[in-house]
Amino acid sequence: MKRNWIGGAFGWIWLVIALLPIYFVAITSLKSINTYFGSNPALPSPVVAVENFVAVLEADFTMYLLNSVLVALGTVIPLVAMAFMASFSIVRSGHRFFGPVRSLFLLGLAIPVQATIVPIYLLIIRMHMYDSLVALMLPGIAFGLPLSVLIIANALRDVPKELFEAMDIDGCTEWQKMWRLALPICQPAIVTVAVYQALMSWNGFLFPLILTQSPDKRTLPLALWSFQGEYATNVPVVMAAVILSSIPIIVLYAFGRRYLVSGMTAGSSK
Amino acid sequence: MTSAGPAAIPAVPERHRAPGHGGGPASATSVRVHKQRLHLSHVLFALPALLFFLVFAILPLIGVLALSFTSWNGIGAIEFTGLTSWTDALTRETTWRGLLLVLFMIVATWLLQTPLSILLGTFLAGQQRYRNVLAVMYFLPMLLSSAAIAITFKSLLDPNFGVPAGLELEFLQQNWLGDSTLVWVALLVIIAWQFIPFHTLIYQGAVRQIPQTMYEAAQIDGAGRVRQFFSITLPQLKYTLITSSTLMVVGALTYFDIIFVLTQGGPGKSTRILPLDMYLTGFRGNEMGVASSLAVILVVIGLGLALGVQRLGGKSSSASQLEGA
Repeated sequence: MKRNWIGGAFGWIWLVIALLPIYFVAITSLKSINTYFGSNPALPSPVVAVENFVAVLEADFTMYLLNSVLVALGTVIPLVAMAFMASFSIVRSGHRFFGPVRSLFLLGLAIPVQATIVPIYLLIIRMHMYDSLVALMLPGIAFGLPLSVLIIANALRDVPKELFEAMDIDGCTEWQKMWRLALPICQPAIVTVAVYQALMSWNGFLFPLILTQSPDKRTLPLALWSFQGEYATNVPVVMAAVILSSIPIIVLYAFGRRYLVSGMTAGSSK
Repeated sequence: MTSAGPAAIPAVPERHRAPGHGGGPASATSVRVHKQRLHLSHVLFALPALLFFLVFAILPLIGVLALSFTSWNGIGAIEFTGLTSWTDALTRETTWRGLLLVLFMIVATWLLQTPLSILLGTFLAGQQRYRNVLAVMYFLPMLLSSAAIAITFKSLLDPNFGVPAGLELEFLQQNWLGDSTLVWVALLVIIAWQFIPFHTLIYQGAVRQIPQTMYEAAQIDGAGRVRQFFSITLPQLKYTLITSSTLMVVGALTYFDIIFVLTQGGPGKSTRILPLDMYLTGFRGNEMGVASSLAVILVVIGLGLALGVQRLGGKSSSASQLEGA
């Protein structure tokens, strides 16, 4: 077979485009402020400065990190549990009641989240939860449900119904079928959903922006943004903050790439 | 939620087979299905998700329509004011400008991202090992938050200390974020950088599912690479194109965070797209009623566009897309 030169060249060009900004962040974060103003911005500095990372860590970075972790866990764990249980009912029950339930969740996929921020703000205020981490979890869970239910329900649908019938003969309850049979079989789909929703929560900007106010409630993306305002002239420190805030998710990517990728394309490939 | 696309797969597919019984003749199963009684346990399992979704997603969706007929400054009492918010929203010049800008952005992002994603996806679908390694690095931008991306490019494009200044290329040394035309070039490139990996991923998966025998047959007929791409790959990607386009078009409505951090709608109002205008009107201008009217417009556009793209591709195809998820 002939080699695909056009595709190949294009592929390598895109690699450069994809990595160039990341390269810029990396080299800039290692420059001292004086080097930054004096050196060529496109080249790394021969002298490596770690002071920027120290400055970020001293600027409450660990608190924002902890907030992000708490919000991600507080969103993903209830979200996955609820989505799994709802999917089980939607798939296993043949009753008419679950037709509209299914349609309702699918409809949720088409709601532009952004358009609901005013009523969500009002709702959170009325619930006396404004400026709390819980306020960030609640809408995160709700808007994560449609896609999660879609992915888990599709996985459940592939479970041979003979397995459930065998459990019927053994006299198992629906509860036992759900945890002993459905859960282990759907595990890959559940991990996919969890990893993907963790990414969504980690990178979320809109809800923290409208639902919190105090610096001690900031999650990482919001902290980055206000950090940029404070350190407007000290770009190397801001770049160090960008790197530190992205490390957890890159670690997650390294371990869960397969799941993350299938989560992102769920419902769209084929 | 706000960044990558899957949060926006539209349309409700009609699943003709009964839930819970994968495959099998539809008529036979559905007869049995209707006899099934409603298990209390099934209702209880579904209840938490259902309640959460109704309270924090459906209620706000209805609430935004209700609030668009009120006047509220975000703190005080909410007053019913009839159509006042709507007349305000529809008579402001920024609304129409924001609407035009968002429509322009949708068309421009589609034109820029679709051909590139198809080419990259086709390239990555090859089985060579090094392409998998490339894929891992291609997808890095997808992991970063919009805030991090916006902050990175703000520094990268700095006229004095950014990369263009370092490369000493005359045509790159512009005030990219300070000029009302150039800012759009910069924005479209940044958004492409962020989202092309995701769409590439979709196309890569789709190309890998094209039967290899089709290419073998074409080779026997003497068709070259380019010919194969246009007469086999592209037609086979039709349904994927619809899915990817839907995600792109609906997703474009929510490119809020990146513009918010990068330009705040500026310079002037040249990047104040409707979603950003809605946020600024409501949360900075304290006109929540007007913001709600703008939000209703956004919902209508979002649903309209999603349905429109689906219609272009034929109804059955969209159903099969979600069926196969």
